Amino acid sequence: MNGLETLPAWAAIIVIGMLVLGGAIVLIGALGLMRLPTFYQRIHGPAITVTLGAGAILIASMVYFTAAQSRLVVHELLITLFIMMTAPVVSMLIMRAAVYRDLRGHKGGFVGEGDVYRQAPDTPEDAAAEK
Amino acid sequence: MKRLLPFPYLSTALLLCWLLLNQSLEAAQVLLGLLLAIAIPLLTHSLLPLPRSHVRRPWLLFRLLALSMVEIVRSCFNVSRIILFRRAEGIHSQFIRVPLDLRDPYGLALLSCLINCTPGTVWAEILPGTHDLALHIFDLQDEQWWIDTIKTQYERPLIDIFEG
Repeated sequence: MNGLETLPAWAAIIVIGMLVLGGAIVLIGALGLMRLPTFYQRIHGPAITVTLGAGAILIASMVYFTAAQSRLVVHELLITLFIMMTAPVVSMLIMRAAVYRDLRGHKGGFVGEGDVYRQAPDTPEDAAAEK
Repeated sequence: MKRLLPFPYLSTALLLCWLLLNQSLEAAQVLLGLLLAIAIPLLTHSLLPLPRSHVRRPWLLFRLLALSMVEIVRSCFNVSRIILFRRAEGIHSQFIRVPLDLRDPYGLALLSCLINCTPGTVWAEILPGTHDLALHIFDLQDEQWWIDTIKTQYERPLIDIFEG
């Protein structure tokens, strides 16, 4: 680890703080993925990993290499940019796949998660039957 | 100039990307970057699926992105707290319906990116045949609050930016 001994104190404090924060957030995200019961809740666990978790670790990386090499190292910004462009698309695709899976499985919509996907009964007889 | 640089923002972004990737400001790299910044938009021009849209107020866009960044950090801590301290049965995850007034496809794309980037909310779809957004909320307390927040904090600036 060249440069570690010569790292100024202020940089070391920022790097440590950011690494601890990022690590904790990634851990909590993984914990959420493990212990939340339904799919629609589990999808929210990794969201904190890719935003604040990745962000804090990338900031730590930027500060460390800038201070250790005494020049501006900011190409981590590109990683942030690409994460911000791809992660939303992935989570939307997964979400829609799950919604269509559940809509196909339960005729008339699935009702466990609010009434957005509950379809209105087609005829008055159906409505009466539902009551 | 207009023919050579039909997409000035895209070209600037590509040049910046190239310089960041190579981590240098040497003349050779700048020249190569400029070449790419001019060539790539011209070559990929025909891949654009929709007519192009104009960003009317770049400053407003910048402000919206900065506010979203704050919101992302805030929701990260909220979601972490819920995962750590709340019993799983106590979490009210639900779909809600948000009526949208935004119609511009680029605006909607940006709105979906911002909502999906924010932990605790996932965009499911725009319900077929309507302009209502199906949105999944990790921990729903007050449905009207979410609808108002989305409409004032995200949708209004986007309407001003893309349709204003």
